[in-house]
Amino acid sequence: MNTIEEIQAEIVDEFSGFDDWMDKYSLLIELGNDMPAYPEEHRTPQNIIEGCQSTVWIYADLDAEGNVVFQADSDAIIVKGIVGLLLRVLSGHKPQEILNAELHFIDDIGLKENLTPTRSNGLLAMIKQMKYYAMAFDAKQK
Amino acid sequence: MTPEEFDIRRHFSILYEKIYSKPLVYLDNGATTQKPNCVLDKMRYIYEHLNSNVHRGVHYLSNQCTDLMEEARRVVARHLNAREDAEIIFTRGTTESINLLAFSFGETFCKEGDEIVVTEMEHHSNIVPWQMLCQRKGMTLRVLPILDNGDLDLAQLDTLLNERTKILCVTHVSNVLGTVNPVKDIVAKAHAKNIPVLVDGAQSVPHMAVDVQDIDCDFLAFSGHKVYAPTGIGVLYGKREYLDKMVPYHGGGEMIEKVSFSGTTYNVIPFKFEAGTPNYVGVIALAEALKFVDQIGFQYIEAHEQVLIQYTLGQLQKLVNVTIIGNPQKRSGAISFMIDNAHPYDVGMILDKSGVAVRTGHHCAQPLMERLGIPGTVRASFGIYNDKLDIDQFVKAVRVAANMLSK
Repeated sequence: MNTIEEIQAEIVDEFSGFDDWMDKYSLLIELGNDMPAYPEEHRTPQNIIEGCQSTVWIYADLDAEGNVVFQADSDAIIVKGIVGLLLRVLSGHKPQEILNAELHFIDDIGLKENLTPTRSNGLLAMIKQMKYYAMAFDAKQK
Repeated sequence: MTPEEFDIRRHFSILYEKIYSKPLVYLDNGATTQKPNCVLDKMRYIYEHLNSNVHRGVHYLSNQCTDLMEEARRVVARHLNAREDAEIIFTRGTTESINLLAFSFGETFCKEGDEIVVTEMEHHSNIVPWQMLCQRKGMTLRVLPILDNGDLDLAQLDTLLNERTKILCVTHVSNVLGTVNPVKDIVAKAHAKNIPVLVDGAQSVPHMAVDVQDIDCDFLAFSGHKVYAPTGIGVLYGKREYLDKMVPYHGGGEMIEKVSFSGTTYNVIPFKFEAGTPNYVGVIALAEALKFVDQIGFQYIEAHEQVLIQYTLGQLQKLVNVTIIGNPQKRSGAISFMIDNAHPYDVGMILDKSGVAVRTGHHCAQPLMERLGIPGTVRASFGIYNDKLDIDQFVKAVRVAANMLSK
């Protein structure tokens, strides 16, 4: 398993070939379509991230090795692609690693404009929720 | 000068901005409109040459500003064809106008057990203030439904309006569907039962000549910023027979006649409802915007916008995976649509990168979205400066979005 830092570098590399926004969005749509199906039992109101114009669900669990495994979904496909990137970066890592992660890839691939608190896609709220999960699991493990 | 010679676009500097190095196509006029240079110049002129607080001053500048503000009230009154200037109350916008009305009308005329009627296509601004009144007083909010095509189900109006109904609140033009409601007929029906009517003019005042005496509505609210004026200024028109009787909304300076600790008497209308320093620069700029619009004339504006709307509908209908939401008998201002199997937000993101500004989501009309059974729409909304080139760039971007998303 690559480190969070290595995965971010990979993503930045994959996006670096695209100057055109439409190509970037096409890739995000592809990533969104390729996401594994979100378990229906976790499609509950409490797993919905507030602040998104689309509906985003995020759920997390610990695996046997104590890594946080995230699952997520959105009814908007580009947003789903962005959540997919977040999952790829953060899922499968130790809570402490997730808490310490600095997610610079968002800026690097030109998605930073989606990161301000008032943006209607709620990307910031998603990251916050994922870090809350990590914090909760971290506290439980201690 | 004909409107063509007038060259409307030239008056709006912002239209020459490049968005992601593409020409800006601004189709979010239902949210807010751009401001012509004459409005911006006027605001700058006031602050540079005349700025002074209105109504209380003894000095030259204050008197000048007061005169301009009251002259502006006359411009608004004339624009709406109100009987008198005093029936024009300045507010921060449609939302504040309706909140003012819901409070002052409610406190004066309503009691437990009374009813308010709104329609299913209202903006939250014309629902929530009435819900709050109902909660406060133990009243009931009743809802006039819409038909599947997006017109009001007027056949149900008669049964909804009864002796307990205190006011009927209806939008002139739907901010989502573009439906133009027959407000004159609706007012006549309500008046036959002695029920006053509030017309939400936020989406009609920018697009058509609105004559409050012809409609005979008892109240009408609109926002300056949707009709080419700055933000933070709006209007509540009300008939004197109601305004005179209504208790004030906010207390403070300007709205009083005499204050003492044993009791306060209130000023006459409109000042009774304009506590505190008014947004006099906004008021003067609003008048400038209305003069600008009147100079072009609604005969031209309505015809021009109808051509654009019909052209846009025709172009969108050619795209196989695009669905227009609502098919009202009469449409103004806006077209809502969806791309099959695509979330409106995705569509909006792709249009944005094409330099096209539209709005996506529920458009502050969640009950309407629920009725239509959709999470939201993409809305293109039009202004006086839009042209066929805008529509062509917009439709091209919709085609790209449909190809990317509709699989």
